[in-house]
Amino acid sequence: MNELFQQLVNGLSLGAIYALIALGYTMVYGVLRFINFAHGDLFMVGAFAGLYFHKWLKPAVAGWPDWGVALIILSSAMLMGAVLGIIIERLAYKPLRGRPKLTVLITAIGVSLLLEYLGQLGFGAAPRGFPTLLEARTLSLAGVRISSIQVTVVVATLLLLVGLRFIVMKTRMGLAMRALSLNPTAAALMGVNTSAVISFTFGLGSALAAAAGVFYASLYQAIDPFMGVLPGMKAFVAAVLGGIGILSGAALGGILLGIVETLVVGYSGVLGIPPGYRDAVAFVILILILLFKPSGLLGKSQREKV
Amino acid sequence: MIGPKGLFVSAVIAVGAVSYLFTGHPEMSWTLAQIDDYLLNILILMGINVVLAVSLNLVNGHAGQFSLGHAGFMAVGAYGSAALTMFLGQAGLTVLQPIGGLAAPLLFCIVLIFGGVLAAMVGLLVGIPSLRLRGDYLAIVTLGFGEIIRVVIQNADGLGGARGLTGIPAHTTLGWTFAVAASSIYVVGSLVNSTYGRGFIAVRDDEIAAEAMGINTTKYKVIAFTVGAFFAGLAGALYAHFIGYITPEGFNFLKSVDVVVMVILGGMGSTAGVTVAAVALTVLNELLRQAEQYRMVVFALLLIILMILRPQGLIGNLGSWLPRKRGRS
Repeated sequence: MNELFQQLVNGLSLGAIYALIALGYTMVYGVLRFINFAHGDLFMVGAFAGLYFHKWLKPAVAGWPDWGVALIILSSAMLMGAVLGIIIERLAYKPLRGRPKLTVLITAIGVSLLLEYLGQLGFGAAPRGFPTLLEARTLSLAGVRISSIQVTVVVATLLLLVGLRFIVMKTRMGLAMRALSLNPTAAALMGVNTSAVISFTFGLGSALAAAAGVFYASLYQAIDPFMGVLPGMKAFVAAVLGGIGILSGAALGGILLGIVETLVVGYSGVLGIPPGYRDAVAFVILILILLFKPSGLLGKSQREKV
Repeated sequence: MIGPKGLFVSAVIAVGAVSYLFTGHPEMSWTLAQIDDYLLNILILMGINVVLAVSLNLVNGHAGQFSLGHAGFMAVGAYGSAALTMFLGQAGLTVLQPIGGLAAPLLFCIVLIFGGVLAAMVGLLVGIPSLRLRGDYLAIVTLGFGEIIRVVIQNADGLGGARGLTGIPAHTTLGWTFAVAASSIYVVGSLVNSTYGRGFIAVRDDEIAAEAMGINTTKYKVIAFTVGAFFAGLAGALYAHFIGYITPEGFNFLKSVDVVVMVILGGMGSTAGVTVAAVALTVLNELLRQAEQYRMVVFALLLIILMILRPQGLIGNLGSWLPRKRGRS
């Protein structure tokens, strides 16, 4: 029983990270109806931004409390991610408004490759260590070992989700985002500045991905330019699992996926699936969900109209 | 377009000439002396890339079903054929003993076709469920299947697991490569110019309208996908017996992207353009070998700029300015 709880805790912290990335996919899909392939690489950029900000800021903030430094690094990485996300949208995706979906998809693949190989040029291909932002303590709760980093990641994710919900539900910008995802033409006619809203959405999604990058790096302590590829794809699966375009669905899908993946690896002996199949789990889920309920767990099915 | 028959005839002549020149005719040794191993390797890689690009173009370009899992089918063909050669090659040679000198080529032919058929079967299995999806979803699902194939091979200890399969006998020659490349161009070319080709184009241009006109869209999509997978498997089989050493990592997502870049540069839906692009990119890869770390940055930028400025590809519609025969579209 303890082992089950242990796996659930590990799955929850991994799932929180997937959820943060998945939210970006879902938001961009909501306003632009396209899958931003390069989203996983913004997660990588976030992790490297965390590494470099820590290096540069360390002398300046000597003597500050650890949590203050961690907060500054996290927010500067998020800002960096947001700015990069907006730049990418302006340069690569904006000229393609109204073009066939496939053209945009290929461009997104190009942007993804560009970020990965520029990262390889700039940071080197070898994995780098990530500094400890907060001293890790291990809490033992009835035999279940929980690292304080796991707790921090889950709590910070929850706070970010609450903040996101506030932005989307209570602010004018959020209202404009929801209007745009409901009906772009009508939203534009009602005076919504479409371009600004799309940029804002990209910035918001990319900031969340960058935050996820810092969390992931803190949990696993190693980062490299290609670290975003698999988590990015898995987060996309999470977004589809919950119902793409639905914010709560992305969060739910991310956490579910994290838990399922951890359980499959943890109980590989019982299930008869070798732990090496870890990375296939997400794709099997994706194929099953697209075949049996393409609208996702929380989505309503829509008929395609001509 | 040059008609498929014209292509086929010129390909056969080229293959005949090439195999005659490069496969050990002592009286022609002056040609052998002029072509060194390095050039020969590049020519073989070129042929393999042409097969990959032309077959992916059938799926992505002609039928408009954007697939990102081509490396997966290549892996199936490579591993299937390599396993057949390594585990049953000796037995096969013994059985085919009576036909003498033709035994080895015949066996390799069987091995190649086995690789292709295996990949086609996997393609059929993957295609039937996933081709119900469209656009970016299809791209992601094919990518997912490609990754699943890779993970399965990685965990198959009989196939060497993550360490890969080594010591595959080097049977691939320039003649074989060009023969396969020519037949892939011929098959794809004639398929596209047939009734099936009309179906592919209808499905690509407007799936809903095609369905309303009574076209069995699933059938056409699955046919394109399976034929594409067959040739990807052949390319994989050639590659395995050329390099002699294959690992699951060699058939990852980036390998699929390599082929996608060829198809896009050549222009989706243009067999001639894609062939030229495959040849050009193979050469470019060799030239940029010194600057390996910049190569992919350049390709990525090229992809983005091309999509913004010239989505039909650098050399799309190549051949449309060639004289047409009357009565043929």
